[in-house]
Amino acid sequence: MTATLVALAIIFTQLSVLAFGGGNTILPEMQRQVVDVYHWMSAADFSALFALGQAAPGPNLMIVPLIGWHVAGWMGVLVTSAAKFGPSSIITVIVLGLWERFKDRPWRAAVQAGLFPVTAGLVAASAWLITEASVHDWVLAAVTAAVAAASVFTRVHPLWLLLAGGLAGLIGGGF
Amino acid sequence: MPDDAPVLASPPTKRQLFVGFLLLGITAFGGVLPLARRMVVEKHRWLTPQEFTDLLGLCQFLPGGNIINVSVAIGMKFRGVAGAFAALMGLIAAPTVVVILLGMVYDRYSGDPHLQHLFAGLAAAAAGLLVAMAVKVARPLRGSRLGILIALAGFIAIAVLRLPLLPTMVVLTPISIVLLRRFA
Repeated sequence: MTATLVALAIIFTQLSVLAFGGGNTILPEMQRQVVDVYHWMSAADFSALFALGQAAPGPNLMIVPLIGWHVAGWMGVLVTSAAKFGPSSIITVIVLGLWERFKDRPWRAAVQAGLFPVTAGLVAASAWLITEASVHDWVLAAVTAAVAAASVFTRVHPLWLLLAGGLAGLIGGGF
Repeated sequence: MPDDAPVLASPPTKRQLFVGFLLLGITAFGGVLPLARRMVVEKHRWLTPQEFTDLLGLCQFLPGGNIINVSVAIGMKFRGVAGAFAALMGLIAAPTVVVILLGMVYDRYSGDPHLQHLFAGLAAAAAGLLVAMAVKVARPLRGSRLGILIALAGFIAIAVLRLPLLPTMVVLTPISIVLLRRFA
């Protein structure tokens, strides 16, 4: 049990400091560790937990405490949350004090410009891997495509899209 | 009242920070940031619009979820480390409880075929939202052939070759910074 908690702490601390460009960039690494390296769950389970995290209110990556809970109960929730939200928050606190000093330096813009395409590639990789693990038949493929299109081209609230997807899965499930 | 001189409220206490972000966490479905701006700038007037935008710019630059960092930065600004802790805890407390309740339902009824289909549809929809997010994030790359190539390299490393994130970022990010500086 302790070994599991230590592993969770190490994984999510690393993810915390690598999460440039928001949470979705670290999803593939999270999946790789949790599914491929530690075999705590299947890729399909991971996608289901991700979906539950998206259905919950609040910040983006609510899958994080859910993984902790799934793997090691309430202690897992504590450890994953502290490891995921702690280090990046400490960095924020420290940098906040220095920020005024390098706000207008040219290198800051250069680093930001260089990080951007990497972020875009990582988010695309997240989308690819989660889709791969979530879509098992043509009904689900249609749900993913329809939700993606609706989200890109309309301003429908994401929660309605998730609800519609769940209902479509329920109704179209037997086919 | 003149528009160019926004009147700020008095600095929030730790308790107000906690409660403010707690309510934000409960009510924000699918994207907290616009609601966060409304709460911080318009409802409570803790920050001016410009201050909020500057803070967000910093938070986007740092690792971690943007809204997580915004809550920490605002708490820190007004009440130091204890304020940062209060704001962060407020933000994640309620969503953590909700998501674990959902997880319990999932575990308990994962044998039920109806619920399995429901959750499968939910997961497919969540994947669709992520695809849309990827499209939106990648849009500004249009016209930058170099940027597209770098994004593609990152995609292949992670999604196809399944390389670990740390070495991928350590190699790809400096290359990206140097190339874009020189050729873009």
